[in-house]
Amino acid sequence: MNKPLDPSLFQSAEAFADYLTNTAARIDAKAEARAHDDGARVGISRPHESAQLHVAGEATYIDDIPELAGTLHCALGLSPVANGRLTGVRLDAIRAMPGVVAVLTAADIPGSNDCGSIVHDDPILCSGDIRYLGQPVFAVIAETRDAARRAAARAKDALDIEAQPPVLTPQDAHARGQYVVPPMHLVRSTNEGGAQAAIARAPHRLKAELDVGGQEQFYLEGQISYAIPKEGGAMHVYCSTQHPSEMQHLVAHALHLQANEVHVECRRMGGGFGGKESQSALFACVASVAASKLQRPVKLRLDRDDDFMITGRRHCFWYEYEVGYDDEGRILGAEISMVSRAGHSADLSGPVMTRALCHFDNAYWLPDVAMHGYSGKTNTQSNTAFRGFGGPQGAIAIENILDSVARELGRDPLDVRRVNFYGKGENNVTPYGQLVSDNIIHELVAELETTSSYRTRREEIAAFNAKSPVLKRGIALAPLKFGISFNVKHFNQAGALVHVYTDGSILVNHGGTEMGQGLNTKVAQVVAHELGVSFESVRVTATDTQKVANTSATAASTGADLNGKAAQDAARQIRERLAACAAARHGGEASQVRFANDKVEVNGRTLPFGTVVGEAYLDRVQLWSDGFYATPGLSWDKDKMFGRPFFYFAYGAAVSEVVVDTLTGEWKLLRADILHDAGKSLNPAVDIGQVEGAFIQGMGWLTTEELVWHPKTGLLTTHAPSTYKIPTANDCPPVFNVRLFEGQNFEDSIHRSKAVGEPPLLLPFSVFFAIRDAVSAAGEHKVDPPLRAPATSEAILNAITAVQAGA
Amino acid sequence: MRMTPSTQPIRFFHRGRIVDVSGVHPTRSVLDWLREDVRCTGTKEGCNEGDCGACTVVVGELAEPGEKGAVGGLRLSTVNACIQFLPTLHGKALFTVEDLKAQCGHGHDATRHEKHPVQRLHPVQQAMVDCHGSQCGFCTPGFVMSLWSTYEHHQEGGTQPTRQQLADDLSGNLCRCTGYRPILDAGQRMFDLPGVRLDTAPVVEALASLKHDATFDYAAPLGQRLDHFHAPTTLAELAALREAKPAAQLLAGSTDVGLWVNKQFRDLGDIISVGDVAELKLIEERGSGAAAELYIGAGASLENAFAALVQRAPSLTDVWLRFASPPIRHAGTMGGNVANGSPIGDSPPVLMALDAEIELRRGERVRRMPLPEFYVDYMKNKLEPGEFVQGLAVPLSALGRQLRAYKISKRFDCDISALCAGFAIAIDGEVVKEIRLAFGGMAATVKRAAQAEAALAGKPWTQASVNAAKLALAQDFKPLTDMRASADYRLQVAQNLLQRLWLETRTNDPLPVEATSVWSVMPHAALEAVQGA
Repeated sequence: MNKPLDPSLFQSAEAFADYLTNTAARIDAKAEARAHDDGARVGISRPHESAQLHVAGEATYIDDIPELAGTLHCALGLSPVANGRLTGVRLDAIRAMPGVVAVLTAADIPGSNDCGSIVHDDPILCSGDIRYLGQPVFAVIAETRDAARRAAARAKDALDIEAQPPVLTPQDAHARGQYVVPPMHLVRSTNEGGAQAAIARAPHRLKAELDVGGQEQFYLEGQISYAIPKEGGAMHVYCSTQHPSEMQHLVAHALHLQANEVHVECRRMGGGFGGKESQSALFACVASVAASKLQRPVKLRLDRDDDFMITGRRHCFWYEYEVGYDDEGRILGAEISMVSRAGHSADLSGPVMTRALCHFDNAYWLPDVAMHGYSGKTNTQSNTAFRGFGGPQGAIAIENILDSVARELGRDPLDVRRVNFYGKGENNVTPYGQLVSDNIIHELVAELETTSSYRTRREEIAAFNAKSPVLKRGIALAPLKFGISFNVKHFNQAGALVHVYTDGSILVNHGGTEMGQGLNTKVAQVVAHELGVSFESVRVTATDTQKVANTSATAASTGADLNGKAAQDAARQIRERLAACAAARHGGEASQVRFANDKVEVNGRTLPFGTVVGEAYLDRVQLWSDGFYATPGLSWDKDKMFGRPFFYFAYGAAVSEVVVDTLTGEWKLLRADILHDAGKSLNPAVDIGQVEGAFIQGMGWLTTEELVWHPKTGLLTTHAPSTYKIPTANDCPPVFNVRLFEGQNFEDSIHRSKAVGEPPLLLPFSVFFAIRDAVSAAGEHKVDPPLRAPATSEAILNAITAVQAGA
Repeated sequence: MRMTPSTQPIRFFHRGRIVDVSGVHPTRSVLDWLREDVRCTGTKEGCNEGDCGACTVVVGELAEPGEKGAVGGLRLSTVNACIQFLPTLHGKALFTVEDLKAQCGHGHDATRHEKHPVQRLHPVQQAMVDCHGSQCGFCTPGFVMSLWSTYEHHQEGGTQPTRQQLADDLSGNLCRCTGYRPILDAGQRMFDLPGVRLDTAPVVEALASLKHDATFDYAAPLGQRLDHFHAPTTLAELAALREAKPAAQLLAGSTDVGLWVNKQFRDLGDIISVGDVAELKLIEERGSGAAAELYIGAGASLENAFAALVQRAPSLTDVWLRFASPPIRHAGTMGGNVANGSPIGDSPPVLMALDAEIELRRGERVRRMPLPEFYVDYMKNKLEPGEFVQGLAVPLSALGRQLRAYKISKRFDCDISALCAGFAIAIDGEVVKEIRLAFGGMAATVKRAAQAEAALAGKPWTQASVNAAKLALAQDFKPLTDMRASADYRLQVAQNLLQRLWLETRTNDPLPVEATSVWSVMPHAALEAVQGA
């Protein structure tokens, strides 16, 4: 018989923390309660405004909206070929299928057949050139979704295509010089001769390549639009989108309407992560074209497989770099080429590359640097925004370089990172010319180094590895600096509407969209704080192009920064009017009227907020207001790639420890310690949720989430959660210490908070470099591991084989 | 045998009452019925293939008297609504996220709706709110239902799950926002809130009234055609139906067949469901002496079948927990996994290492063969028309060998194997007396490594012998490259797993699992199952 397993084997190395410990370590509930009693409504860990609806299944997503009578359903017929020319479309058999009402092609689009967000190179439906396998060619509209899907699935029998071999990899596109936007160059030199001269003069040099894969957003709610025709040819579209205004414009173009004839609405998304910034457009446009043509409501909800096949994702990057450095690992010169897989159209690939180039520096002073960005045009889905938006792809390259430099020098990678940190009075200008004036990376990393016991654990790991023949452990600390603002200046604006009703209840509308990040919660808190009312008095409604016009995408982490300020502006105007009215009625100075805890203190009296509102209504005071905000101080010359594109920087750092199996390449994250800078957090619980979520999501990007296109056909073979593996609960480390850094924004952001959506996506670099450390240990730290991302078990085993062969 | 063309309605318990459904096609999914037909939109569609858990619901059946794990007379199981066909609910109870608040009564929220009482949240839901367990909220109803199942089972037993058990229970639920920590926190907190239990009495009463002994016959039109769904309740009826309708689609857990419909629009025609045949779910020890065996009925769920194996061979724990997810293991059957014959199914490597035989039945004829003989080629097997898999038999003597099952995939949970190995070894002194090396993911079928086994049988259990077996493995297998792994990786790891087996079982200084597996750090609470608690 097998001997029973020793019960001690069921114990993990370090015990799981229980929920009370977890909560106490993250949130100071007592301090928050005191602040709340004093009238604060920001800085409080309020649950997500929809939490009670989420858990009850009562939160309405677009597919949950009761369908209007006569609603039809749409599915898309997709190209089975990755590159070629469409020579014929035979749709009669599909039109004859049960339940099919109509089949539409590009010829049925009354306006322009384009849904490109910046460059107009993105057809809604194929009009001749087949650009990728999965490209929508026609739309089936049927009585039921099932009937539409069954009919659309016949696409391969209905399309005649002269196929050509596809271009699939960034390397291949680069070799052919085919790009979706012109190459970009960001060069800064402090010495004569520039980066190459600095590299040549340096005591040590390193030249290498790196592959980093892309990532599917995997929002749990797939792409969906529900279009309802309105009188006079107008269109109302419920769309799961991060960018309602852009959907409005693109639908208007497709239907040949004015913007004021298209109404786009989104209460919430079941996740976005960038995937619904530009790429919700194709579906909004198709549903609207069909609804317009048939004069019936049309819903287009993608099956998950179609979502994978049609939409783009995070760009994979391929890098070639050369650096020169000194004995301590200081980077003296660096030159890097970054080539992304942009896919078949420009989409947001240009801005993504801009952000990648602007984040190659991460937290480090690079005196002489030359960066070149190429957005390779390939016969694949058009890649797009994904949380971090090129920032992670830029920063991971320098982190990989520093990790290699440390190994070459036999130094601790943390020490090498530290000597390269931006300085505080010198060496503090980014390659694109922005002064790093809010640098806290030194103290933040020092604190984490201590609280995570980084040095002690490195020694323990070395001792473990010395006596462990099969398993090797590794540890790494990764710091981050992330620029906050859209790189395009004019996107940095926002509007809001605040209504106070006569019963004292408050309705807020703003231009941002809710995708789970807690934006509505934070904006409601800002308004409650401004007007001194309870959370329950404030309700935030659906993002709606008929309420706030010309909104920017909810992207670049700016949602709360922009919309919070705009809502604050609106609420403040109402408060000032209420104060003036109350002072006029009850005496005293308007400036002395205090609003807190649903009470208004005026001239020694304390009145309920509702009473003051009621009095103001009788006094014919405007009880609603708009609000507006434009981020100050920004400048950007996109040709020279120079200016101040960012309002401020967010910082953070993480330490991760992993164990790796040298026989199989399997690995496990044992512990993660995170210290992240959210400024003065508007809502610590929500911000910690963003930090932890981004950490696990980014870990997935760098480890288990692998995208595989068939090398000949261009078919994406990892097309669903069965083949594309995002992290699960068991991938969450048993020891997960997460804290927000005590500090505030030096800039006048909303209540001195900092944006928190994207920056923490760089924290899981620590996982990747901890794996690299463990792999390195398998070769006695003699060989720099040739590890690609994602570090799948196969990639890890390949790297282990390489370091063992070279050791 | 009744095969009346008249159609019986599908009758099941839903939201406090018995509902009658007819007219819907037999392959209509529970999810589509919920969302489209009765507009219960709390349950979400995330992937439509049973891999994301957004559609997780709980199915209740009458438990056997004294059944282990029963909750108030009910057997409660999480399943994926997207790949369950509606007729499979006949005679059962369906619980969705909409059912939870209904158990909790009303209360006054001091901060809101002071005048109007509001319906309270269930402790599972309240804990999710308190711990910030939802962000976008789309996966949340699925998590809530998985947690509710955990909650009811532990409340019934007076226990609380460990953090590891919670993570295992949630391994079929994907969340893209939170990073899971707050959801695991909620899984602990829900037991600290005032308890709310499902009142099972009315459900038990309703299910008792729906109890039927005769074959359930359901039919609905598809165009001009009438498609049947037959659910016999006895083995004899099943055998007769199968012979009478050899072209009908046999349906067990529909964890694969559901995908054929959802993703490939495959036309199944008539369906014979084995889910109501109690005899087919039997798991028991039979025979004595050398003939003693563990018999696993083909209809036994993967969860129950693996539990029975792990109880006797604890080293199979990992492969059990890593076989898909709880909702899939509840619905799917080991017989189905074996009959399906996928080269990447995880049961066959384990069963082949255990010298399992497969039992086939056609009409009255029952025959057995060693499992490796069952597989002919890629997705081809020895089943004759009208024949079906009746059971699996594992000799108890095989369970006495040293056993290992190693699964290699990109992700620990709910992933399809790049390769999966089932190993058994018996060592006499220094010599390999018996060796079984079975691999999935290495060839067109799961199969044993004949040449590697030959290289070891009767040889000393040494590194040199292992090295020879590794070389032989390269003769046994020419694996493929696909999106899960390259051919080179598959072969290299297959060889290295032999190395791992040797390190763990060598006679001199065998390594404990903490020294050979990164997963050993996970405190899997398999002890209960192992000890048969």
